[in-house]
Amino acid sequence: EAAPGPASVMESVEGVARTLLSFGRLSRGLPFGRAHGLSSRDPLLPLAPRSQENADPQRTAFLLRKQWTLYSVTPLYRFSNAHLRDYARLLSAFIAAEKQKGLAVEVGVELDIKVAVSSLPYLKGSDQDQAAILVQLSSRSPASPKNSEEKLIWSGWFCCVSGDDLSKNVPEDFTCLPLFLVNGAECYTSIVGSWFQKTFDCSFRRLAISPLILSWMAAMWTGCKVDKTASAMELVFSVPCLPQPLDISYAIHPEDAKALWDTVQKTPGEIIQEEVDVFMDCLYSHFHRHFRIHLSATKLVKVSTAIASAHCDGIIKFLQSQYLTGVLMLLTELAISQIE
Amino acid sequence: MQRRQSVKTQKQPLQVHHKNQTDLSAWRKGGRIDPEKNVQNHQTPNNQKNDSKQGSLEQALSYFEKVQDRVSLKKNSVLQKHLTTVESIALQSGLPPEAFDVLLNVALSGKLADTVNTRLLKSLLPASVIPETSVVSSVSWLCVSKCSGNIQLLFLRWLIAVFDFIDHKEQLHALYGFFFSFLQDEKMCPYVCHLLYLLTRKETVKPFRIRRLLDLQAKMGMQSHLQALLSLYKLYCPELVTITLPGKMKTYFKNSEGPWKAGINTVRRRNQENSPVFQPLFLGTAQPQSRKRKWNTQLIIPASSTNTNNLEEDEKKNRVDLYSMSESFRVEQLQTFSQLLQNIHRLEFPSQMGSVLTNPLLLHYMNCIKDESIYLRLYYWMGQTLQEECTWCTVDNNQDEEEFKDFLETVYKTECFLQEGFSSCEEFLYKSLPLWDGFCCRSQILRLVSWIPLGSFSEIKSHLYDPLAQFFFTSSLYFKCSILECLKELLQNWLNWHVIHLDSESDSQVHSSNTTHSELLNVVAELIHFVGWISTVALRLENNPTFLLYFILDFYETACDMYLRYNLPLLIMPPAGVFYPALLSMDSVSLNQLCYIMYRYRTNLVAAKENELSKKETVQFRFSNQTYQEYNQYITAMVGCLWTSSVFQKDIHPQGLRMDDELLKKTAVQEFKNSFNIVYHPAMMGYAVLFLQQAWPDDTTFNFSLIKGKKWNWYLEYLYAHDLKGLKVFIESSINRVSQASHSKAGNVQV
Repeated sequence: EAAPGPASVMESVEGVARTLLSFGRLSRGLPFGRAHGLSSRDPLLPLAPRSQENADPQRTAFLLRKQWTLYSVTPLYRFSNAHLRDYARLLSAFIAAEKQKGLAVEVGVELDIKVAVSSLPYLKGSDQDQAAILVQLSSRSPASPKNSEEKLIWSGWFCCVSGDDLSKNVPEDFTCLPLFLVNGAECYTSIVGSWFQKTFDCSFRRLAISPLILSWMAAMWTGCKVDKTASAMELVFSVPCLPQPLDISYAIHPEDAKALWDTVQKTPGEIIQEEVDVFMDCLYSHFHRHFRIHLSATKLVKVSTAIASAHCDGIIKFLQSQYLTGVLMLLTELAISQIE
Repeated sequence: MQRRQSVKTQKQPLQVHHKNQTDLSAWRKGGRIDPEKNVQNHQTPNNQKNDSKQGSLEQALSYFEKVQDRVSLKKNSVLQKHLTTVESIALQSGLPPEAFDVLLNVALSGKLADTVNTRLLKSLLPASVIPETSVVSSVSWLCVSKCSGNIQLLFLRWLIAVFDFIDHKEQLHALYGFFFSFLQDEKMCPYVCHLLYLLTRKETVKPFRIRRLLDLQAKMGMQSHLQALLSLYKLYCPELVTITLPGKMKTYFKNSEGPWKAGINTVRRRNQENSPVFQPLFLGTAQPQSRKRKWNTQLIIPASSTNTNNLEEDEKKNRVDLYSMSESFRVEQLQTFSQLLQNIHRLEFPSQMGSVLTNPLLLHYMNCIKDESIYLRLYYWMGQTLQEECTWCTVDNNQDEEEFKDFLETVYKTECFLQEGFSSCEEFLYKSLPLWDGFCCRSQILRLVSWIPLGSFSEIKSHLYDPLAQFFFTSSLYFKCSILECLKELLQNWLNWHVIHLDSESDSQVHSSNTTHSELLNVVAELIHFVGWISTVALRLENNPTFLLYFILDFYETACDMYLRYNLPLLIMPPAGVFYPALLSMDSVSLNQLCYIMYRYRTNLVAAKENELSKKETVQFRFSNQTYQEYNQYITAMVGCLWTSSVFQKDIHPQGLRMDDELLKKTAVQEFKNSFNIVYHPAMMGYAVLFLQQAWPDDTTFNFSLIKGKKWNWYLEYLYAHDLKGLKVFIESSINRVSQASHSKAGNVQV
């Protein structure tokens, strides 16, 4: 199972460059990095039993099968769950004022865009975690405002699943919800984001997912059991240094992938970097045997499995509600490492 | 209420007004004017002239007070005369407070023709202040609509123009609703908005007024004066109304000052002392944003604006009232240092802490308030911004290097202001230095390095010194020098921090554990050793250039004085690779610098020894014997070199100059023994030549051996006179001149 040497070096260099800003003494180290390993902690498999009970498939259904763009958010200053309704009023007036620059807007009146801010208390990993906060924008049809036929146009949610590493270090005035997920037009993201930045003195940054993390996701999600007949696992690679972009899609039958992973993984419930490397190398050499292409020389840009799909630009789609908190836990960890 | 007033009328230099008011009444009564104040007034009015002026003004006022019917200006020469008097006095020195009641009354009562009323209003310039009562009574004239619309308009403009000169404003505030009703008048609306803007306080912002303004907005569309008033309402009550101002707008109100401008400026100049500059409207919080930026790029340092997130206020009100902080002072209003002092107890930090970077007043405030959350907010914001905008750390390269440079510059300036480094900056440096090309934003990065806080961080070598060493060894001479300079600054900042820290520790009588103290000592020692190492290598690499040597010795000028100047029980001698190149330097500057440094080492070591002997110091901070030993070796070499010409025999340093006579003879240099003394030393020979030329102008043989005995002393004086101060203090301290006559017997003192 020998992957070509130089190519694998390049791949890891890429990984390092992407997550570079996450090492250092005060950060938690490369998430799942080689140096730290993961032997003591598997971010996905040990789903906290509590959260599994609480994550009612009905209640989380609206989060599934949508593309969420990921952001990291620094702790919110003086955010309070007791004022969600006020926040909604202020935010909706702010949106109206931003959209018609120069015209004043009264807070609290009915506006074209309705804002709802609510709490999702079931979306958390531990007791220390703050309840997730959901922000939804819906438009009223201007023709018949009375009929209140509202259409959801944008949603975003802040969450923290097992983010104790961050929350235990900040004083009371701060609320740790380091992961922000957005679905909807960029213009609304920008307005809502600016409002949160101004109101709670926080900073948003796009959260990219490095190829290294993507390969972890591929390995972890391969090992997860899914009830229904699962769809194929797909890995998308992009070939660097070409005049035209070239993407290679590599689809594997989920059972084959699972079988491969089971031979690689030594201890169930525990993953180490070496196993992930071996797993990916196996897939690469199989591909090479057929197509004479060294995938290790390309960049892994997307991983799709029955659990979720993740793109390196920081876009995720959840597919299984039972694994939702597990994936969020991993993403929370990534967000925290970007903040610290 | 009193405090409230002082805030709202901040534009008005109350004290000055009172002073001038006193002057003026003295002038009115024809009494003597206090000579001192007279000087302050920049005018030296002739008393007689004043008397006559005052007389005619009094006549004019009593005329206007009594004038009954509509008098035609053209036909009435008396009216003409009095009107001209009022106008000329107003222009010259302004009108006394008493005049306003009379003149406003007549101008607004409609008794006279509009041309007269206009001329009267235009001449209503205060000498010092305008009494509030006269303004209030004139407002009542507006209600009975005796005067024309034009006069009403002119009156409003006048009111705005002279607003700062009205002595009190409480009753005017009570008329807020009255002015508000004038908004309906389309012509007056812009001026009424302006006046309301000046009068608005938090308690005057009411939902019904907001609705009224919004109705007007709906009727008239986007109007800058409405925008200004509404954004002030938003500032006071963000929970009721909100508005986003378009970025381009610069002025929100029509200029009202027009006819009075020159006069008002004169009055201002007269009241000049500590009168604040007329303050700009504090609306301009919308900063110009470059369009290409995305919303979440934080490089734009946010403008200081009040935290609108005060929903908890109601709940906390009880507690707040206990401290009689009925209202907090808005950061938008904070313009002067004295405002900061007056309102420091009720000032709030802005909604986005990042904005303090461009607001020195808030930085002062930050210096006084030790609140963890302030630093944490700044830490997160700055950390994210530095990482997001760093041009060499991010994969997508759409960052602007110039902008990033400016940002780093701002951060550096803030650190200098606060005299402390930010931990977010420190982390950023550790993360980004390994990726840095050593070129982009070089001076900014090095300056930030100099503010890395002193802490017992064990990995500073791998995070800072290793990457720096790589740059150092592979870069130009100039870059080497900049790195040395930045490390010197770093050392100085650490030492300063240490001194301040010691002071505050002794104040609080709490001694932090000695382990942390010795850890800090280790961190400082590590830095000095690092500089010693890179300096040694660099001198070899670059072949001992004076320029480099200067920066190296500059570092040691700080390092040699740590015990006495910074109270840090640590002294580390420069390595031989620095000491000997400096000692044998071809340049007198370096040699002089070295002499000074060795003198300071001596002074520090002697002081330490004395303190040790008198047991003042804690025993564990005793300098190691190795330090004394090294010093003694160096001093032996130096004295042997410069003075006793015995260095080749006496230098005992393993890397020193000790050489066998046999070997030295092979060099075929005659009189090799004294070839490095203060006469023959290559760095000094130039002085020796000049000295010979002056002492023996006829002798062209350059016989250096003439410099001995008395001449040797003269030569020393000559050297001292040529700014070789380091050499002077060194020789005076370290060389024991047993007998002035026989310098050859001079020895060195070892500590």
